[in-house]
Amino acid sequence: MIHSLFLINSSGDIFLEKHWKSVVSRSVCDYFFEAQERATEAENVPPVIPTPHHYLLSVYRHKIFFVAVIQTEVPPLFVIEFLHRVVDTFQDYFGVCSEPVIKDNVVVVYEVLEEMLDNGFPLATESNILKELIKPPTILRTVVNTITGRPGGDKEFLKTDWVTPRGSGAVSPLLLERVFSCVYERSTNVGDQLPTGQLSVVPWRRTGVKYTNNEAYFDVIEEIDAIIDKSGSTITAEIQGVIDACVKLTGMPDLTLSFMNPRLLDDVSFHPCVRFKRWESERILSFIPPDGNFRLLSYHVSAQNLVAIPVYVKHSISFRDSSALGRFEITVGPKQTMGKTIEGVLVSSQMPKGVLNMSLTPSQGTHTFDPVTKMLSWDVGKINPQKLPSLKGTMSLQAGAPKPDENPTVNLQFKIQQLAISGLKVNRLDMYGEKYKPFKGIKYMTKAGKFQVRT
Amino acid sequence: MASNSLAYNEQAGAGETAELGQEAAATMSPSGAFGLFSSDLKKNEDLKQMLESNKDSAKLDAMKRIVGMIAKGRNASELFPAVVKNVASKNIEIKKLVYVYLVRYAEEQQDLALLSISTFQRALKDPNQLIRASALRVLSSIRVPIIVPIMMLAIKDASADLSPYVRKNAAHAIQKLYSLDPEQKEMLIEVIEKLLKDKSTLVAGSVVMAFEEVCPERIDLIHKNYRKLCNLLVDVEEWGQVVIIHMLTRYARTQFVSPWKEDGGAEDSEKNFYESDDEQREGTERRKKPYAMDPDHRLLIRNTKPLLQSRNAAVVMAVAQLYWHISPKSEAGVISKSLVRLLRSNREVQYIVLQNIATMSIQRKGMFEPYLKSFYVRSTDPTMIKTLKLEILTNLANEANVSTLLREFQTYVRSQDKQFAAATIQTVGRCASSISEVSDSCLSGLVCLLSSRDEVVVAESVVVIKKLLQMRPAQHGEIIKHMAKLLDSITVPVARASILWLIGENCERVPKIAPDVLRKMAKSFTSEDDLVKLQILNLGAKLYLTNSKQTKLLTQYILNLGKYDQNYDIRDRTRFIRQLIVPNEKSGALSKYAKKIFLAQKPAPLLESPFKDRDHFQLGTLSHTLNTKAAGYLELSNWPEVAPDPSVRNVEVVELQTKEWTPAGKAKKENPAKKFYSESEEEEDSSDSSSESESESGSGSEEEADSSEDSSASSPSEQEGESASESEGRSKRTAKKSWKTRAKSDSEDEEKENEKSKSSDSSSAESSSAEESSSDAESESESDSGPDSRKVTKEKEGRPKQARSTLPKDVSLLDLDDFNSVSTPVALPTPVLSPSLRADLEGLNLSTTSSVINVSSPVFVPMKTHVLLHRMSGKGLAAHYFFPRQPCIFGAKMVSVQITLNNTTDQKIENIHVGEKKLPAGMQMHAFSPVDSLEPEGSVTVSMGIDFCDSTQTASFQLCTKDDCFSVNIQPPVGELLLPVAMSEKDFKKEQGMLTGMNETSALIVATPQDFTPSVILQKVVNVANVGAVPSGQDHLHRFAARTVHSGSLMLVTVELKEGSTAQLIINTEKTVIGSVLLRELKPVLSQG
Repeated sequence: MIHSLFLINSSGDIFLEKHWKSVVSRSVCDYFFEAQERATEAENVPPVIPTPHHYLLSVYRHKIFFVAVIQTEVPPLFVIEFLHRVVDTFQDYFGVCSEPVIKDNVVVVYEVLEEMLDNGFPLATESNILKELIKPPTILRTVVNTITGRPGGDKEFLKTDWVTPRGSGAVSPLLLERVFSCVYERSTNVGDQLPTGQLSVVPWRRTGVKYTNNEAYFDVIEEIDAIIDKSGSTITAEIQGVIDACVKLTGMPDLTLSFMNPRLLDDVSFHPCVRFKRWESERILSFIPPDGNFRLLSYHVSAQNLVAIPVYVKHSISFRDSSALGRFEITVGPKQTMGKTIEGVLVSSQMPKGVLNMSLTPSQGTHTFDPVTKMLSWDVGKINPQKLPSLKGTMSLQAGAPKPDENPTVNLQFKIQQLAISGLKVNRLDMYGEKYKPFKGIKYMTKAGKFQVRT
Repeated sequence: MASNSLAYNEQAGAGETAELGQEAAATMSPSGAFGLFSSDLKKNEDLKQMLESNKDSAKLDAMKRIVGMIAKGRNASELFPAVVKNVASKNIEIKKLVYVYLVRYAEEQQDLALLSISTFQRALKDPNQLIRASALRVLSSIRVPIIVPIMMLAIKDASADLSPYVRKNAAHAIQKLYSLDPEQKEMLIEVIEKLLKDKSTLVAGSVVMAFEEVCPERIDLIHKNYRKLCNLLVDVEEWGQVVIIHMLTRYARTQFVSPWKEDGGAEDSEKNFYESDDEQREGTERRKKPYAMDPDHRLLIRNTKPLLQSRNAAVVMAVAQLYWHISPKSEAGVISKSLVRLLRSNREVQYIVLQNIATMSIQRKGMFEPYLKSFYVRSTDPTMIKTLKLEILTNLANEANVSTLLREFQTYVRSQDKQFAAATIQTVGRCASSISEVSDSCLSGLVCLLSSRDEVVVAESVVVIKKLLQMRPAQHGEIIKHMAKLLDSITVPVARASILWLIGENCERVPKIAPDVLRKMAKSFTSEDDLVKLQILNLGAKLYLTNSKQTKLLTQYILNLGKYDQNYDIRDRTRFIRQLIVPNEKSGALSKYAKKIFLAQKPAPLLESPFKDRDHFQLGTLSHTLNTKAAGYLELSNWPEVAPDPSVRNVEVVELQTKEWTPAGKAKKENPAKKFYSESEEEEDSSDSSSESESESGSGSEEEADSSEDSSASSPSEQEGESASESEGRSKRTAKKSWKTRAKSDSEDEEKENEKSKSSDSSSAESSSAEESSSDAESESESDSGPDSRKVTKEKEGRPKQARSTLPKDVSLLDLDDFNSVSTPVALPTPVLSPSLRADLEGLNLSTTSSVINVSSPVFVPMKTHVLLHRMSGKGLAAHYFFPRQPCIFGAKMVSVQITLNNTTDQKIENIHVGEKKLPAGMQMHAFSPVDSLEPEGSVTVSMGIDFCDSTQTASFQLCTKDDCFSVNIQPPVGELLLPVAMSEKDFKKEQGMLTGMNETSALIVATPQDFTPSVILQKVVNVANVGAVPSGQDHLHRFAARTVHSGSLMLVTVELKEGSTAQLIINTEKTVIGSVLLRELKPVLSQG
């Protein structure tokens, strides 16, 4: 299926290549560059590009193009979804997925890719399993690798005399040695224990998990996607919710999570660990969780009347035909917030090309305008209902140019803590199969997703 | 493909050189490359040294640097000899990196790569399944044609491996081998066929992938596995699901009749089908009308539905296309919600999903209409997403929603993204042409746009208006006049050309303006674009024909200009027009019709979606996305008029059950902790049973699965009981089947026979209560065992199955208490997988070798007894055991053990029974039935069965009396883990040939010649091991054969007499551990005297 993978950075350098079948020359990427040129913007590069002998399927994330080369018919989503999974895995391994990080960890990256695909067909994509096969770089190991200047500390190595002279006065050689010796056990990237998870019937969970503090946290995060009309009426609004979990429980716990109002969730997708039949019959989430962080569930509430819009934006943006000045005024205020404060408000807007500069004064927060990209952004912070934040001022327009057809749309970001705007509430979490009592926590949050106000 | 990749390789070589050149000397010329080579050589020299050092850390460091080079695309091939030496490194990380290197460069350095092969071959026999798997992976990834036979052999072996993980890798290797050497196809198909029967969820996805790659046309291979695949689907890993669903879609289109004919009645027919299932099954003839869906068709549709909730977009899309292509139209609606959900995903996913929705929305607007607003465009969407959304919005437009849409379009038209604005205008045009109610308002809206400031918008509007006006040749003089005015300001050629064409076409309606326009155009002719020039010529010609008085001179002027134009197209056109319209002596005939030619009624253009013609591609495929046939695209066939015989699937279900269901029951008891496993089995069970007895299918089966699932979480014992009872029903059938099999030796006939037996059995088995059937099964099998043991030699085929059939109930009941104590599947990976595949293996072995290799009766039964419990420690109860070497009646995989209990006290000992068992994982034990009382000095012999899993591990359990419990152990001598088989010398040699290499162990024996007489050897060997003698044609060769009780692996013993008083003892077996233990035990026996 997937023949080869090329990683291309924003300046068009191929900085990593991996082949699963015969080697495909990197010159095949020329077709990609062509398409990239045509598309002008990175995100307009078509995800599927046919070339005479191959097909290039790509995803663009973190300013990197992940280009997969395939040769025969394959469901394109299969490849795309897999590439996204690769990026997720890198992120999971290294914290961030960027060119320098990938270059620094090229060996781990290679090892991981080797495990993820066999002959182009996905083999192990569960992060729990991968982490057993290939250990992610830990801080300690990175430190050791940096100090020793070598990947993988060697015990013999320590006994040589270089530690003492180089180990600066602050760090005693003894301590260093102790650190090394405990790190030594984990100095290799490759797990010496062969993973059992892949073979077990619970392939997403690694075995032999042990924690002293057993904790399970669930974050219910909802994002509001909305388009608000010029007049302030809602054109479309929907809620995209996810439940992200961080489960650190010893052994093989079997959890059930129930909701106060499960009827809300009529369109859901699950992590493979969730027992679907149980959900169908009882509307209860029953699962053996993977170890660590994972997305348990995502859901979609689209019935428009259920979606409360927590903010409003008052705007008056006008360009005058005759003068080279335009007026700009925006006020943000809370609407239906269930008594919670709106935080982290960020207003951004792509101004028309004709706008040369803006001179604005915010009543709170800071604002910036980039005259090159014409991007206005205003970091408002918290909304105080007593004193609504506003941004006022003038725009200077290109002299002689016709006035722009359209007023810019305003994109809004905000957060509301401790509120799930759909009203979803977790009822209880129970654990079976293990004896100890875990610490449980649940957090709600509402955020703006793609929240646009047309002006 | 091969030549193509070769070409690329060459380029790659060149590219690499160039790059190296850049790096070293910044010169790209070959001479520069030379300079760099020396420097590169030096650099690699230290890597070589590091690789040769004896410190692992140095080697590792070197390997990491080399992998770094590979990742950057630099050539590291000259390090091959140094790297390949480390292939056998003990350090697992070095090993892995060497593998990476090997896979990358082996193709280029084939000869050297061969050095590494033996390492992999050795690793292929490693007891650790993961090592076997990774060895197979690398071995098959080395694209060296010479090793094709080795690969073939390795794949064959691995496909019969105990571990499903290894078998999964075997499935992957099939594709690799096929791409390396397509000539192996036939052999590979055999392996695929074998693996398709595999019931492990781990294997299913990979083998279907291999099937799709190697032999997608062999749809007949799927028949017997169809139901299994449907039932397993939910538990297969997500990538496998995608592949299986696509394959099943194709399958369904060839095997079922179209559900679309009677769309309205689909709901009804569904009900009919549920109600009438029993009749349907019994009265084999399916009713032709009204349309009733094939139960298998329904099964597929039902079992894929839960996958719409998958987190994996590819799975959701796969299910969506399955519903689109094979479900009744009324049911396809369920997919729209899930597809719309995917729109929240990444840009690339959106792109593909929107494309597919676009195709669907053309054919069935209703499906996506409720989600209209989800397709509204956001200003932050990338342009390609915007245009796709627009496309869908247009497809969804109808009388009811068009006004809302047009309002939305107004916003889009003013978008800063002009490309998108232009697309919107086209969209408006399409709306206007398809929905007549709004065409006037659309037109006026478009005319308004003509006064827009943006040229692209105006131009696009003009083009669209032109098309609209052409479609509606009513009076639109005003608009045309307005557009004529625009000619002064518009510069976009397409728009200008469009206006000119419009005026020309309607020149009779605007008699005053047209000549004036021509006059203006004549002035600017030379500076116009070619496109515009052509239209000026057209306009001129048309005016000349209609209004020659005013325009004759003008036209001639233009024709003259055109005659000397730089563009040959325009010169051509000029000549043509001149000949046609200007009357002269030569052109008489045609010029009469000039007016008809130029001013003919022109058909209105059809404004349609670019996605109109895409529906002949299967949705969700690459070909659909590209709208061209991609390499390897498999057409979706049309529904057959008459459904092919549905019984092809039925038949094999019985076959499957005999192989599968009994072990399924076993899997449960063997791994009591594996709730998930058993759960999936359970689901499978219930849903499969529903497919047989449709009376409860539909919601019934789901409830059943539900309840069993619930119980698995809360009270495992309940589930256990249920599963046991369920397998009971089956075991009965199996038992019957085995009777039939016995009657018919021909295996071909057997299948038909099964079908019959099944159809008669299923109803009765299903209807009788679980208890009844279980007792039935037990008694039946008990009675069976009688004749069996008498005719062991002949009835090898029937017996194991039937014996197994009794097993599930017994053991699962026994193990109930264990169920809770072991709560994690942490332990031992091997046993986890073994049950299923053990069954497979056995099945395979049976099918492949049954004709020649039969279990025979033991040659000799040593009466040697072992002490189980000494009377001193047993407070007067003494127990001895010995191995009767009879096939065990409790289970095919068990070794029978006879225990003689003696009461040495002067009181009665009451209630002697087996207490708590402490068995190693995987082991099974069937306890003897409790002895109520044992008189003083009395003795009683009881028999029990122990499945030792082909290991010499001790089975510990407690022997309890009324008052006491004594811990006792049974450790089997390795020779007792075998069952003798009878086979011909030829077969022996054949089998031996397949078990060479690591499967062979041998030792040299020294003894006196009289010890080497045939009878002595026979006596000695059978004393130690339960093997059967194989007739030998050569005097110096003595052969013995057996198979292991548990897995049925062959164990071949050869004693080859040499000159002098030595002999070679050779043991060939897959079970290398047992083989070597046996060797160790035989050696002293043979060499003593």
